[in-house]
Amino acid sequence: MNGTPIDDTLFTWPDESPQLIGARCTNCGTVTFPQQSSCPKCAGTELSRHLLAREGVIWSWTIQGFRPKEPYIGPAEFTPYGVAYVDLGDVIVEGRLTEGDPSKLAIGMPVELEIVPFETEQAGTNWLTYAFSPTGPAPDQGGVA
Amino acid sequence: MEPAIVGLGIHPFGRHPNLSGRQMAVKAVHDALASAGIQWSDVQFAFGGSVDGDQPDTLVSDLGLTGLQFVNVSNGCATGGSALSLAITMIESGTYDLGIVIGFDKHPAGAFNAKPSDYGIGDWYGETGLMLTTQFFATKIQRYLHDHNMDKAILAKVAEKAFRNGALNENAWRRKPLSFDEIENAPMISDPLTQYMFCSPGEGAVALVVARGDKARQYTDRPVFMKSVSNVTRRFGSFEVFSPWLSPERGSVPTTDAAKRAFELAGVSPSEIQVAQIQDTESGAEIMHMAETGLCEHGEQAAMINAGETEITGRLPINTDGGCLANGEPIGASGLRQIYENALQLRGDAGARQVPNDPQVGFTHVYGAPGISACTVMSR
Ligand SMILES: [Zn+2]
Repeated sequence: MNGTPIDDTLFTWPDESPQLIGARCTNCGTVTFPQQSSCPKCAGTELSRHLLAREGVIWSWTIQGFRPKEPYIGPAEFTPYGVAYVDLGDVIVEGRLTEGDPSKLAIGMPVELEIVPFETEQAGTNWLTYAFSPTGPAPDQGGVA
Repeated sequence: MEPAIVGLGIHPFGRHPNLSGRQMAVKAVHDALASAGIQWSDVQFAFGGSVDGDQPDTLVSDLGLTGLQFVNVSNGCATGGSALSLAITMIESGTYDLGIVIGFDKHPAGAFNAKPSDYGIGDWYGETGLMLTTQFFATKIQRYLHDHNMDKAILAKVAEKAFRNGALNENAWRRKPLSFDEIENAPMISDPLTQYMFCSPGEGAVALVVARGDKARQYTDRPVFMKSVSNVTRRFGSFEVFSPWLSPERGSVPTTDAAKRAFELAGVSPSEIQVAQIQDTESGAEIMHMAETGLCEHGEQAAMINAGETEITGRLPINTDGGCLANGEPIGASGLRQIYENALQLRGDAGARQVPNDPQVGFTHVYGAPGISACTVMSR
């Protein structure tokens, strides 16, 4: 896939198996995303680059139902999109979902990281961002998803 | 003796195309001064808050150039609560005897749009459509309903009560009751919350005259005493608006910290509260904040609401003036509206929406970005 990450600190790219780039506090183990230079838990200042798991489960979700105002730069013609907090084990990360149908989303659903094109109205841009894509039903959904 | 509220002024909330924020503020100040029987020249200090209105301290050019100390406060949705807590501290310190707190705003229509860089977040967060308060509230209540096995029908019940109460409030923005079905079937803004479950940014102003407790009766025969005010920021592990990430380790939330402190300072227990105004940015927020403040247990809300306990006539009336849902949220004024409403209720001046049986103790709570909360306990 061609394009430029919308922010080059968010994920490894180009990469066949891209990962989000976080930071891990060497003192208390807290993991942040994106990277931070100090730790909000222990106030430590030694944090190292830490690649996040590619798979996790939906911790909570919603659908963005209206076109956000600035600074949003998505297309003028709006399609509702899913947003979730995804539990990746050592950190819960917020991101867009590739699924925007509320009937197909549930807490506990397994998802994996994908790098996807991010469309805008600006001519000549070819942005990439990260999103999570469902890979199966939530455990309590009994396979109906 | 605790500091007291001795004068109350309000400009109706809503949309006022022909009025500026400062015009509304000046009206509220004049009403507050009149109700305390004082002149602007008697006021020794002021705290003012406004996000999209004019800079509060410039009001002196309309109110009078008396040389008083005037400090501007900016603390998101907690702006009013913060301004009030500073004024109370000023009186308690003995620095001054008589002051005023002013909150006003005039926001453009539509959801708030914040700039990531103001919050220490990269531009990508706003550009890709993740920086919305509506998403935060939706994901928080979504998780909460799941954790406490609560039916989402309760969300429409809360909004229904807000509009019913707002209809009884001549200063509210939304004065038309809406049915459960109208709320439930309105356009979905952010699952599980529909259009009528969210408050809208709006316009309005509130002013409160604050005095030393032992001098309060010089200004009014019915002072309302501020038994406590608290004001906190978040601690590690709370889930807050504009968070690209959360810790899997859940911690205490600012609302809980602020409420606990307010109750401790006042020497009052949550079960003694007879009227409460709590932040209902959307209907889920009222539900979560009921338990986070300690006014009930987590998971108990649906049964309480369905039994009518949070109605004006119930055991624990909540958001008796219609809350943010019916009043909208002019940020600078919103927290002070709660104090205004509790003062009316405790004085017995709330008219058609008066809580019966002579309430003596009230509670207020505001919550705002990026994870701050302010609470008060008030008494007759
Ligand atoms: Zn640390």
